[in-house]
Amino acid sequence: MPLLEVENLQTHFRTPDGINRAVDGVSFHVEEGETLAVVGESGCGKSVTANSILRLIPEPPGKIAGSIRFQGADLLKLSDRAMRKVRGNDIAMIFQEPMTSLNPVLTVGRQLGETLRLHQRVGKQEADERAIEMLRLVGISEAKRRLDEYPHQLSGGMRQRVMIAIALSCRPKLLIADEPTTALDVTIQAQILDLMKDLKSKVGAAIILITHDLGIVAEVAERVMVMYAGRKVEEAPVAELYRSPRHPYTQGLFGAVPKLGSSLDGTATRLAEIPGVVPSLKERLPGCVFASRCALATDLCRQAAPALELKAKAHFAACHYAPKEALAA
Amino acid sequence: MLAHIVRRIMATIPVMAIVALFVFSLLYIAPGDPAAVIAGDQASPEDVEKIRKGLGLDRPFLVRFGEWSWQLVHGDLGTSMFTGLPVTTLIAQRLEPTLSLMIVTLLLSVTIAVPMGVIAAWRAGTWIDRGLMAFAVLGFSVPVFVVGYVLAYVFALELDWLPVQGYTPLSRGFVPWLENLVLPAVALGCVYSALIARITRASMLEVLQQDYIRTARSKGMGQRGILFVHALKNAAIPIVTVIGIGVALLIGGAVVTESVFAIPGLGRLTVDAILRRDYPVIQGIVLLFSFVYVLVNLVIDVLYTLLDPRIRY
Amino acid sequence: MTVQSATLVVPPGIAIAAPTAEVLPPVKVRRGLFGFIYRYPTIAFGGALLIVMLLIAILAPYLGTVDPTALAPAKRTRSPSADFWFGTDMFGRDIYSRVVYGTRVSLTVGLSVAVLASLSGLIVGLISGFVRWTDGIIMRIMDGMMSIPPILLAITLMALTRASVGNVITAITIAEFPRVARLVRGVVLTLREQPYVDAAVAAGTRAPTILLRHILPNTLAPMTVQATYICASAMIVEAILSFIGAGTPPTTPSWGNIMAEGRALWQVKPFIVFFPAVFLSITVLAVNLLGDGLRDMLDPRMAKRL
Repeated sequence: MPLLEVENLQTHFRTPDGINRAVDGVSFHVEEGETLAVVGESGCGKSVTANSILRLIPEPPGKIAGSIRFQGADLLKLSDRAMRKVRGNDIAMIFQEPMTSLNPVLTVGRQLGETLRLHQRVGKQEADERAIEMLRLVGISEAKRRLDEYPHQLSGGMRQRVMIAIALSCRPKLLIADEPTTALDVTIQAQILDLMKDLKSKVGAAIILITHDLGIVAEVAERVMVMYAGRKVEEAPVAELYRSPRHPYTQGLFGAVPKLGSSLDGTATRLAEIPGVVPSLKERLPGCVFASRCALATDLCRQAAPALELKAKAHFAACHYAPKEALAA
Repeated sequence: MLAHIVRRIMATIPVMAIVALFVFSLLYIAPGDPAAVIAGDQASPEDVEKIRKGLGLDRPFLVRFGEWSWQLVHGDLGTSMFTGLPVTTLIAQRLEPTLSLMIVTLLLSVTIAVPMGVIAAWRAGTWIDRGLMAFAVLGFSVPVFVVGYVLAYVFALELDWLPVQGYTPLSRGFVPWLENLVLPAVALGCVYSALIARITRASMLEVLQQDYIRTARSKGMGQRGILFVHALKNAAIPIVTVIGIGVALLIGGAVVTESVFAIPGLGRLTVDAILRRDYPVIQGIVLLFSFVYVLVNLVIDVLYTLLDPRIRY
Repeated sequence: MTVQSATLVVPPGIAIAAPTAEVLPPVKVRRGLFGFIYRYPTIAFGGALLIVMLLIAILAPYLGTVDPTALAPAKRTRSPSADFWFGTDMFGRDIYSRVVYGTRVSLTVGLSVAVLASLSGLIVGLISGFVRWTDGIIMRIMDGMMSIPPILLAITLMALTRASVGNVITAITIAEFPRVARLVRGVVLTLREQPYVDAAVAAGTRAPTILLRHILPNTLAPMTVQATYICASAMIVEAILSFIGAGTPPTTPSWGNIMAEGRALWQVKPFIVFFPAVFLSITVLAVNLLGDGLRDMLDPRMAKRL
């Protein structure tokens, strides 16, 4: 049984201008210990998906439908109290903005120990000791001193490490990382990625890594899921996806990545951008969501939305024209 | 951190000097001839001249300011034109009732308004929120003396639960002292509470949108922990600021409240001084209140360092 | 473009995605006047009330009133009745007429102070923010002025001048404009640091143009909201001043004066104080609601600073 099984997740928001269908029918699964990358451009619904798993969506304007089964139990059916026990404990999350994700008026030690004290009923002394352990685990030097410092006294990279430490303090089975390196300098990015790979083996948690950076995906993930306008358009193991992306959108994404050294060996061309803009999520489109920007779109595409089909081994894509490989018997 | 506090204290001295200069200059800013106005319509030219000398308007501005400041630094606020008594004596006689009223009002207002604002922010958009904020706008809009009269009419005259007016010194017992202060404190505190409730709500709402609240929630924190451990301390600075600034409202409102409830405090002294055009008394009271206001805001300023570690380090 | 499955020819072997369900009930997007009222009820309500008050002020002579200053000692302190809708005061004057005419005084004071304080505050704030060497001095003076509680400042000025509506307006304006100055200065200082202002300067734009095109438009929103609050505050201050005898001349039928006159008798004839109190409260409430609504509409971020 997969660790996490999301089926037909829909997260819609009520706005004065209409209903915003941020996530509209997404299904996927994550096995124990594996890293799934969720890729897509801004606004495609990846963060909303992540927040929906932990039910961090404010429910008056928003509403989550579908099923999210974690270790067999549907998270959407849990009471608030039961859900609080899951958060930070079985499933943890780290966010994009280390600068603002830590409370500026509480010490680092306090914020680290909080998760432990919430879920494991430890006293202050023990919480501090475990906190120091966690800080060392994520590679922060002078851990003891850091406990009494405030977030604004730490650099961006260090704050993200603290966030990771907080997330992993209760040894969760699933870690959701929402663009963990986007707001950091490139050199720090590399450090944090190395840290995450290191921790993967030490802690053994499954990871959902959300990013728009295809470079990171190749480094850390085993499987990849591509989202567009609130839907899933492609899913495949990493190597397979990079070898042969099938959905026109994914192909566009790869095409837009500059290749190192291309100006030296003469293969440099203009970066191929995907023309057009993401359609408004407030209108219901009858056909394929990508049709308005797709070079291959036909009337069929505009009228009938393609379902996710198996195109190659463990490789799904939602496109009428994506080639299928004959599967080995 | 101590250096920071000392710096703030030193910074108030120039402000107080400017306040003193400004209060002094009011006499010169006022359009028309203040001496004639004070003397009244029936006065003879000699009377007007006498008053002009008494106010020091016959001497150059700077000379007069120098004298006046010198007296001020020595604690001499001048002499009442009407009674001949030193202004400081008059003020000392009336200090306790006003001080009592303001302290009780401050405590009452903060105790009621802050929780109101927190609840309104927590339940933002619901009827509770709208109801509380409608209440606040109303409290903001009805003038203090109107509230005073309504309260006095309902609770004192009709229901007879509390005394209609007057003041009982603390020395005569805590309960009688408090009884006389309840209605005036509620009336005076209406606008103040409304402001505090509104800023509390706004500040809490802003804080609740922040990323670190989402982090706290993702850790499994419950609503109460989020509100009181994570949110409130961050929301505190604007709230505390308004509590400080609002003291100006308390001071201004005290003048009227004391009239409505016949409390023999500094407010009444001001009103009497106005009727009699006893300028030195008015000037002395305004100066005193302004200095108190500057000091209150200094305390608030120092409080910031306790609330926000980013200021401290 | 609606899809009729009957007309759609689907080639065999093509998989079509199942349509997704609606999770939330549909949103009615209301446009036009009703949409406006739905979105900004406070502006609608406050604005409507204020317009009613303005109409009362303008149409005062036609609303069944008599001369508000006419004395008739024989008809002293009558309770409200068919002849005298709000009763009469201790001089026999018709309270209804006085209250209706009082609308003129209060609105005049409120609006005048709002406009004058905004203008003077704007000028001072712009100078202070733009001409750097004046900033220190001007702000010190403003700080000094703001350290004096506004009502006390107004009282002191009124104690030195003859009672008149004009002097009341001047006194309250002096008490209120420092806040506007500080607000405008704050906007100017923030804007001065903005990259697009730097860009304008780098492109050679002269100061007055920068002022007009970049800075002024950004001050309008907070100033308008502030102006409504000043209007409300001015009306209350005028009432208080009149109430304690330091405001408009006793013959002028301002609400504060009427309440001051009714003070002595309030325990037995509360209606003298009651009616002007209600009118004052409603008007101030209307202006405050309008201010709140404008603030929500123009800049929700300002809500933090009231």
